[in-house]
Amino acid sequence: MEHHAEVLTGGVWRPRVPDWRDLAAIVLVLAVVLLIGTGAHQMVAPFVPAHQPEISLSPAALPFYTLRTVMRMLAALVASLVFTFTYATLAAKSRRAETVLIPVLDVLQSVPILGYLSFTVVFFVSLFPGNMLGPELAAIFAVFTSQAWNMAFSLYQSLRTIPTDLDEASRSVRASAWQRFWRLEVPFAMPGLIWNMMMSMSGGWFFVVASEAISVGDFQIALPGVGSYVARAIQERDLAAVGWAIVAMTVAIILYDQLLFRPLVAWADKFRSEQTAAQTVPRSWVLQLFRRSTLAQRFNEPIGLALHRAARARLVLPDTLRQATRWSPPRGVVDFVWYGTLVAVTAYVVWELLRYAGSTLSWDDLGIAGSNGALTLLRVAILIVLASLIWVPIGVAVGLRPKLTEMIQPIAQFLAAFPANLLFPVAVFLIVRFDLAPKIWLSPLMILGTQWYILFNVIAGASTFPSDLREAAASLRVRPWRWWREVMLPGIFPYYVTGAITASGGAWNASIVSEIVSWGPTKLSGSGLGAYIAQMTEAGDYPRIALGVAVMSVLVIAANRLLWRPLYRYAERRTRLD
Amino acid sequence: MAQQKAAAIIELHNVCKAFAKPSGEPLPVLKDIDLAITEGEILGLLGRSGCGKSTLLRIAGGLIKPTSGEVLYRGAPLAGPAEGIAVVFQTFALYPWLTVLDNVELGLDALKLSQDEERRRSMSAIDLIGLDGFQSAYPRELSGGMRQRVGFARALVSDPTLLLMDEPFSALDVLTAETLRTDFLDLWIARQLPTKAVLMVTHNIEEAVLMCDRILVLGANPGHIAAAIPVSLPQPRNRLDAAFHAIVDEIYTILTSRMTEAIGAQSQIHGGLAQHLSPVSTNRIGGFAETLAAPPYGGSAELAKIAVPLSFDINDLLPIAAALHILEFAEVKEGTIKLTAAGRVFAQGDIEQRKRLFREHLVRFVPLAAHIRQVLDEREGHEAPRARFEFELQDHLNQNDADSTLQAVIGWGRYAELFIYDDRTRTFSLDHGET
Repeated sequence: MEHHAEVLTGGVWRPRVPDWRDLAAIVLVLAVVLLIGTGAHQMVAPFVPAHQPEISLSPAALPFYTLRTVMRMLAALVASLVFTFTYATLAAKSRRAETVLIPVLDVLQSVPILGYLSFTVVFFVSLFPGNMLGPELAAIFAVFTSQAWNMAFSLYQSLRTIPTDLDEASRSVRASAWQRFWRLEVPFAMPGLIWNMMMSMSGGWFFVVASEAISVGDFQIALPGVGSYVARAIQERDLAAVGWAIVAMTVAIILYDQLLFRPLVAWADKFRSEQTAAQTVPRSWVLQLFRRSTLAQRFNEPIGLALHRAARARLVLPDTLRQATRWSPPRGVVDFVWYGTLVAVTAYVVWELLRYAGSTLSWDDLGIAGSNGALTLLRVAILIVLASLIWVPIGVAVGLRPKLTEMIQPIAQFLAAFPANLLFPVAVFLIVRFDLAPKIWLSPLMILGTQWYILFNVIAGASTFPSDLREAAASLRVRPWRWWREVMLPGIFPYYVTGAITASGGAWNASIVSEIVSWGPTKLSGSGLGAYIAQMTEAGDYPRIALGVAVMSVLVIAANRLLWRPLYRYAERRTRLD
Repeated sequence: MAQQKAAAIIELHNVCKAFAKPSGEPLPVLKDIDLAITEGEILGLLGRSGCGKSTLLRIAGGLIKPTSGEVLYRGAPLAGPAEGIAVVFQTFALYPWLTVLDNVELGLDALKLSQDEERRRSMSAIDLIGLDGFQSAYPRELSGGMRQRVGFARALVSDPTLLLMDEPFSALDVLTAETLRTDFLDLWIARQLPTKAVLMVTHNIEEAVLMCDRILVLGANPGHIAAAIPVSLPQPRNRLDAAFHAIVDEIYTILTSRMTEAIGAQSQIHGGLAQHLSPVSTNRIGGFAETLAAPPYGGSAELAKIAVPLSFDINDLLPIAAALHILEFAEVKEGTIKLTAAGRVFAQGDIEQRKRLFREHLVRFVPLAAHIRQVLDEREGHEAPRARFEFELQDHLNQNDADSTLQAVIGWGRYAELFIYDDRTRTFSLDHGET
């Protein structure tokens, strides 16, 4: 899911003019997806389905399942952090690495996560044959991919925008690179990184639920968790069980937010630079509790001290080693070798791709995938317009009333975090019951979970709309039509765009699980690219899964490059006063 | 102008305003305001920040409804923003996404004119205010002075009868502010504006005396009219005039005597524990004492005089004067501030001497600081939560004042090394070396 780290943090958007590197990155990523896809069926052979525990529909089993789901989320978070700190740091510190890593990251953001779930499942299963660790890792990897790209982007952007005065101060005290990293760069990046972690976590719930129960070709996997519980409930047509799952998930999300993210956000507030002072200081009762409790303090002190020491260590390479690393061939030579290798690898991959794809896929396949893609594109466009027409006026109305904002905003954020796929069975039940046309009535499911991003971003925009501009409009007695057109809509536009980008990115991803659904033995298909990928996944037709994923990625990238980014840049230019 | 008996443009009768605190109880900001602005007059509202003068202006503009009382615009009750009333904002309040021309045209929207008429009138307002050539620019391309000219053009384009100005020059640098003031006064005196009356909020005394025909001095907690001073000097006025200076001095005298009275009164209740303090940096206290001790002042100065070279307005000056007065480093009397003997020593001391003297005076003359220290000395562990003192203060002060008082005492106590305060845990404690 594309979250646009920089937009959400309100950080500095650094427009990067797309160039040949982006094209190379698109080709590279898509080619690798296609190659893995076409080669994947060879990996299935050694797979022996492991003994899988039966999923129970008893509500009593739910707490345990929820815990398993939450553990997957946590594991993915840790993995994302490790990835972020290495990948983003490398990209920010090395000019050569940057030319590859950043465009690749940009493309990875746009690849639909659920699309390549089948490959990753097969890949991880073949790593640990006959063991449940494979599917476990695949589920964790799905959540990881929904967070890691945004988090890495956020850290990279922060590292590149360290204020000059802070940078000069750290250099004037001759801090080592290690000290600089932990004492300047990471603290500076912290608020943005944590905000991004929280936002991507919202998407993460969706993917963890979707990836727990999956069937690729001949084999089915159901990991103990809320997702599998719901999948089983759908098979058994047990609406009550779906209700229990919704309750369990609600509790889990609220606890996760209160126990993990509120404290983190409140804690990270101390790293916020003065220039961006917010009106409200985030607070967390958990953090307060820990800070006030003497027992916790005593427990924390040695850990804090150790971390402090570690961050303060100079960690400089020994002189002899430094001498050795200091020698380097002329810059031009290294550049030549580096870029030469890049071009060679890209060319090889493209050639391999053409050879493989040529043998298994025909132009007809591309046509089918393309027309399905057009259908889904139409759906996403219509749904975004509809959601905007509904939520923008409501968001403005709420945002302009501080008391109402305080009440509604947490609810909107919760709804955005809630995995909408848990609600699908309810909707499907209704569609089956009233015999509605799936092609039309399955569509709203795509945006069920992501429309809330539009709502809460618009609320945020309206509530921070400068009061002097509101008063000026009131004093000038601007009439309603002009008030919307010239006062309010331009004011919330950047926030709206942020919400709409996230909502549309999420809708593409959701199409894979919402365009084709089942209720017991009944199967409904709304056709479209999501349904295409889902069908091919069920059939285990890897080359066509890869084709579907590639088409979807290209569509998402095109929408971002041709619509959302220009819109965002335009909005940002217009609302700036300095 | 003040002599001639003219019709009132706007009248406020017994206006009160209270905002709801987060806890739900009302926080009164204005009490029993009675005022009338007559035709042909510029009325100034002068007061420190937080005395409710901007709220009063917004009530007159129909932007805020008073909790009780009556607002009459040309004899009829005012319900919301009305035709003929325009506001100039301190922050300019320009829409960044609209050009200068679009911003100005917004001021005509309510009049439902034809497109051509709208354009013609906007261009002539732009012309009048000296913005010709800038009409297609966006606000971000303009300097502060030019932005406020757009603010004026947008207010004046609708030919308002009453112009409300909320500290219109305070966000500008001294030079730009002076140019805009003069330009506005030139238009006003030459009667080139259709506007019949002006209400201006300011915390700059000289500005008020320069522009206004009548000045209302506002007192705080809750806001009320403390004094009314007519200014009958002919326009254009000269700042160097003795008569001009006499009025400025009179206002300072009113403000400072109110201040010293309040300090005196508060020190009588509850052992002076509920003395309201404004957080003033000890650097400012020291720097001001130094300036006052040095020539040409030699330890004593009229506030009206010393404010000019420091380019201080009353928001800067009065809190410093109050702090020096409370700490008995200086005595404020009838618009004059005079260093005490201790104040002279404080002004001339080095860092250590200053800290020692400051600590001595803090304990002696600020009962709250002495109280905190005493509690810490007596307590096992020498720690006390902030909440404890907050509760004590809130018996006598409203929450905002209690907060600012504690903030002041914390700043001063830290400087004097009287106690330590940890904002993370919100506790006071003593230095371990001392206990």
